[in-house]
Amino acid sequence: MTLRKISKDQPENFEFNSESLLEANNIIKKYPKGKQQSAVMSLLYIAQKQNDNWIPLSAMKYIGKLLDMPYVKVYEVATFYTMYNLTPVGKHFVQVCTTTPCMIRGAYKIVEACKEKISENENEFVKEKNCSWMEVECLGACINAPMMQINDNYYEDLDKEKALKILDQVISGQTPEPGSYRGRLNSEPENNRKTLLDVKNA
Amino acid sequence: MLKDEDRIFKNLYNDSGADFISAKKRGDWSNTKELCDKGKEWIINEIKLSELRGRGGAGFPTGLKWSFAPKQVGSRPHYLVINADESEPGTCKDRDILRFEPHKLIEGCLIASYAVNAHVCYVYIRGEYYNEGQKLQKAIDEAYENKVIGKNASGTGWDFDIYIHYGAGAYICGEETALLESLEGKKGQPRLKPPFPALIGLYGCPTIINNVETVAVVPTILRRGGKWFASIGKPKNTGTKIFCISGNVNNPCNVEEEMGISLKELIETHAGGVIGGWDNLQAVIPGGSSMPLLPKKTCDTITMDFDSLMAEKSGLGTAGIVVINKDQDIIKCMARIARFYKHESCGQCTPCREGSGWMWRMLERMAKGEASKDEVDMLMDVTKQIEGHTICAFGEGSSWPVQGLLRHFKNEIEERIKFEPVIKKSKDIPYLVDQHLLEKENA
Repeated sequence: MTLRKISKDQPENFEFNSESLLEANNIIKKYPKGKQQSAVMSLLYIAQKQNDNWIPLSAMKYIGKLLDMPYVKVYEVATFYTMYNLTPVGKHFVQVCTTTPCMIRGAYKIVEACKEKISENENEFVKEKNCSWMEVECLGACINAPMMQINDNYYEDLDKEKALKILDQVISGQTPEPGSYRGRLNSEPENNRKTLLDVKNA
Repeated sequence: MLKDEDRIFKNLYNDSGADFISAKKRGDWSNTKELCDKGKEWIINEIKLSELRGRGGAGFPTGLKWSFAPKQVGSRPHYLVINADESEPGTCKDRDILRFEPHKLIEGCLIASYAVNAHVCYVYIRGEYYNEGQKLQKAIDEAYENKVIGKNASGTGWDFDIYIHYGAGAYICGEETALLESLEGKKGQPRLKPPFPALIGLYGCPTIINNVETVAVVPTILRRGGKWFASIGKPKNTGTKIFCISGNVNNPCNVEEEMGISLKELIETHAGGVIGGWDNLQAVIPGGSSMPLLPKKTCDTITMDFDSLMAEKSGLGTAGIVVINKDQDIIKCMARIARFYKHESCGQCTPCREGSGWMWRMLERMAKGEASKDEVDMLMDVTKQIEGHTICAFGEGSSWPVQGLLRHFKNEIEERIKFEPVIKKSKDIPYLVDQHLLEKENA
């Protein structure tokens, strides 16, 4: 289990803007009548997106009212799942996978890169860079290890140099091209492909 | 090596595009109506004939699972739920299906829903796979436009809707009942079984839950016949399977191969061999992090199927192969896996919540050589206290890799340990001993 910290600075009010509200209503429609509680996870994502990558307590209260469920139930969900940020993390949120398959291919080199470029400690929001980083558990791209996720994008097949370069670009406000950084096609065996060659050469 | 014509996922590496037209060229959606017109019984029988076993880890026969759904729809609707919450370290096969073969999955969902009387299907995708989910959503939109799903899907007269639900970074939601809880908008904590989801599942309605890969192979099996699928691989372990080979190999990759292929062939042919040569191999985790590792001696001869691996006290799991060579510190590797389980325990059952952290702390000390000698036995005892004493299989998943380490690498741990036990006398502390095992002695 993980301990989740709630930010001390909380905005007093939160409301969905018209765009978020439209998206939220579309999501609620996916579920059967009376089961609108199912939409809580998606709505928390929308709140997180609208509020610079983190969810304040007032947003949980607002979602609770919107879905007609007790505030504490929303709080339970928001604190149980690790992808909901309960403290500010910045516009550029870097997550480095360090679980065993990534670790044995050098994930801690990527962690070093984050320490150099962002901050010495993980989960530390650097205001002037609008950025923070953290170690996370398996992100499900083990054959492209080591890798990191910046906001929604996966950056794969990295080494320290490449990670430093990507972080520089991200901090300066660009969005580098996601995917493999060794030039390989998705998950194919690099330079050693023996299957489906007809399709490749077609 | 499997022939290319027998491979189901022809676009595994995205050579030819994942859109509707390209998928149609590869044969998807070609005669969906004909397949459905043959009837629900025929579909389930054909899947039973193919001996397809679930690809999500447990290897439960899919045809049998489908036959558990009530034959008639009562007052409660039926649901199909697709488990795309792929979070097992070492596994990344579903990601490529979602990205590059979404139409195989959608068509499989239609056929499976038809077979189990469901009109609605939810695909539960892990939150980190946001981009993959968007690609699947695009494919779903295309399918609606082409009227292959929706009202009167593919002209079968069956109404079928499919929705995506994103998870939010909880490994435990890959467990089917935790997934249902999460889908209902609650914390993802597993439910007690029985009742099984096939009778009381999502919103209390009959629900069939299948892995992405399981459902995605269904249309091809029906087109080519259950007998064709059963002819590949070994008896009871039939068909093809996507293997994810990661870790210390020269060319880590996803590859579709037949079940029962030898591990050595798989690594040498497709993944370009172990870094430093086969003799530099230390151990292999054969089926995602929750399966006990295999030492090199076993790796020389083992074949990759459910039953052979079971005989070696391991398992095929999700077929996520993590290769660890001699340059790595095996105790540190397993300590990191223990940390993963400590992080991902949902906290519902005490043995798992407390035990997973305890195992991690002990393994970290052992990796540094700071443990005491009696802790090796204590660690084994802790794993036994967790295993079988929890609601879901997470307890086994977290304790089996540690047991595997102790089974094969006990010497390495003992060599490294520096400290003598604090209490030198043999200890008899009652709360550390499984009480029900003692009952016999006391009786």
